[in-house]
Amino acid sequence: MRQRMITIYIMGKPYEIPDGLTVMKAMEYTGHKFVRGCGCRGGFCGACGTVYRLPGDYKLKVGLACQMVAEEGMYLTMIPFYPANKALYDIEKVKPTLSGLVQLYPELSRCLGCRTCDKVCPQNLKVMDTMAAAMRGDIAKVANLSFDCIMCGLCASRCPAEIVQYYVSILCRRLYGKYIASKSFHLERRVAGISSGEYDAELLEMKVKDISEIKSLYNSRVIE
Amino acid sequence: MNYPANIYESIKIVEKTRPMRAKEKFPLLSPDDKQALLNSFHPDFREDTLRALKVGASKGFKVPHEVANLLESRSRLNPADINLNTPDYEVDVLIIGGGGAGAAAALMAQAEGASVIITTKLRLGDANTMMAQGGIQAATKENDTPLLHYLDMLGGGGFQNKPDLVELLVKEAPLVMSWLESLGCMFDKDKDGIFATIHGGGTCRKRMHFARDYTGAEIMRTLRDEVRNRRIEVIEFAPAIELLLDDDGQCAGAVLMNLERGTYQVVKAKTTILSTGGFGRLHVGGFPTSNHYGATADGLVMAYRVGVKLVFMEATQFHPTGAAYPEQIVGLLVTEKVRGVGAQLVNALGEQFIYPLETRDVVSSGIIKECYARERGVTTPTGMKGVWLDSPLIDFIHGTGTVAKELPAMVRQYERYGIDIAKEPILIYPTLHYQNGGIEINPNCETIIPNLYASGEVSGGIHGRNRLMGNSLMDVLVFGRKAGLAAARKSKGIKIGPLNLNHLGLYEKELELVGVKTELVSPLLLPDYTPDIRHGGGIE
Repeated sequence: MRQRMITIYIMGKPYEIPDGLTVMKAMEYTGHKFVRGCGCRGGFCGACGTVYRLPGDYKLKVGLACQMVAEEGMYLTMIPFYPANKALYDIEKVKPTLSGLVQLYPELSRCLGCRTCDKVCPQNLKVMDTMAAAMRGDIAKVANLSFDCIMCGLCASRCPAEIVQYYVSILCRRLYGKYIASKSFHLERRVAGISSGEYDAELLEMKVKDISEIKSLYNSRVIE
Repeated sequence: MNYPANIYESIKIVEKTRPMRAKEKFPLLSPDDKQALLNSFHPDFREDTLRALKVGASKGFKVPHEVANLLESRSRLNPADINLNTPDYEVDVLIIGGGGAGAAAALMAQAEGASVIITTKLRLGDANTMMAQGGIQAATKENDTPLLHYLDMLGGGGFQNKPDLVELLVKEAPLVMSWLESLGCMFDKDKDGIFATIHGGGTCRKRMHFARDYTGAEIMRTLRDEVRNRRIEVIEFAPAIELLLDDDGQCAGAVLMNLERGTYQVVKAKTTILSTGGFGRLHVGGFPTSNHYGATADGLVMAYRVGVKLVFMEATQFHPTGAAYPEQIVGLLVTEKVRGVGAQLVNALGEQFIYPLETRDVVSSGIIKECYARERGVTTPTGMKGVWLDSPLIDFIHGTGTVAKELPAMVRQYERYGIDIAKEPILIYPTLHYQNGGIEINPNCETIIPNLYASGEVSGGIHGRNRLMGNSLMDVLVFGRKAGLAAARKSKGIKIGPLNLNHLGLYEKELELVGVKTELVSPLLLPDYTPDIRHGGGIE
């Protein structure tokens, strides 16, 4: 059976491809061998952010090339990298406060509230609300709203205020994880136990046991 | 979603049996039944997937054909084309690979006072680490101990794991969790700081810590951020293509290839760490893969040419739950966490056929048997077979909203194709997931070549013949950190002599001597998915 073919435009040039391919596979079908613009191929790494338009529609749409299916007439380009400003900092010294954020990213206060970032997020995150939370110094909220960010950079590419939303967000997540989330006492106790050698003897003993004995211990262990 | 009729009908049956199944626990297999299932259905045990290596330090050992083809290939490099006397870089610790292991190694080596360069084929963070969803194992809870973690790993690995390596992993695991906490990784915790933990396949305690279902991504992006903050030099799009030795046979750095210009650069290094990851993109056995684009076994190839030994390369991990439908995402991982939070595996008739949290090798074998021996799989429009992962059962048991809360990445993945996994089950089939074996190392991550270290998926022995969920993220961090520390300390007392690539000529002679004639060059660097349309070739 002959597969139905459709036409897509990659960086302006038309190509005929079989219907049903992801944009990434469609590009490979047409002979584009990726060095940039391709990473995990599973929607986690942010390498293949893609912007496109459909015929007769002025609206710019976005997606990840590895995840979205190519459509008839799609007019597209990948944006595998965007020159964004990342602040360098010592996480031990940054304060988990509004002033801590603004010192590193003063452009934060330039947000116009236009929601362009929301429209271009391929993860459908509430990017503008996230930045609004950052401007209030609500680090916990930024951390939670931005958690599924894959740092593809499309938000920064469209932001008229030149904010780099994904770097502000990772800063907040790290501050949250380090300073705001409660420390784990059971972890602390375990680390102390390991450091004092509490488990050394039983591990040494297990290591030299006969395999048949280890097997019977394994097979009779209780699953809690 | 508009399913084909046969798939739709099968979903209806799965829905019908769900309330009854919710109460039923499928029994665990006995040790003998497990072994019989593996022998009959696991791809590792099929004679036609493996062949004995003809040359090198592990000559005679069986490895998958796809790996043997690369190991028995020629170098990309003609030593005459390159001047080794004027290195482009000189450094204490060269780290090859920018994934979890490489980043962890770099942070530790730099903190130890060494000069460090990371070189990587793609971008910093482009690695399987980024894709690991389900969790990371560490015995941090009151009812758990490193010893129980040890026992679980051995049972999962067929009791063949290297005891010293397992001991190191289970003891360092809580220390790594504490390190991640101090770097600001956001794990799921309650308000008192108690980590949320669940079971993984083959665990006897709930030991799987997670960051929603972006666990690897959360770890990788945090490490990447820290590497940048500490201004560690990273050379991107510059894979190492061969290792260098000096006159004493010590490893002395590597030759990099600039992917834009195709030109070479020489890095002279006192110590070298290979953290290049595994071989998923070789599509061993013709299976689809869950792996990153760059997982092409480059480090294995380079290291084999300088004389390292390989272990457990005959054991490949097929993750039981790769996507089987829709076609666009075939092979992509459906995280084990879906089973961890309660989904069952169900055949076309709506029946359970295996306990969902047996070890990965056993579950994969069970699925292959169900599809091809018992003929109770569901056939997709492309002729692929699969069974159901009954994700709606999670909400059925734990309440509406659980799927959305626990599995946001999975929900998003399927939403893109109009499938709501809280309401419709997921069609799955095993996918090539992990290189269980690799370069032989000791607990300092040293190989038998002086000053050459290896850590992460490129190394072998830690997981024996079969890795458990959540132990790979822990492996890359424990051994990445260890390699960084050990290499940095060792670099302080080292003198490197004149560099050479003599091993390449010797290796090629060895190939000639045993009659291997090949035009193939390796490492592969990037897979080629351009279909050969003129010859009727298909699409990946």
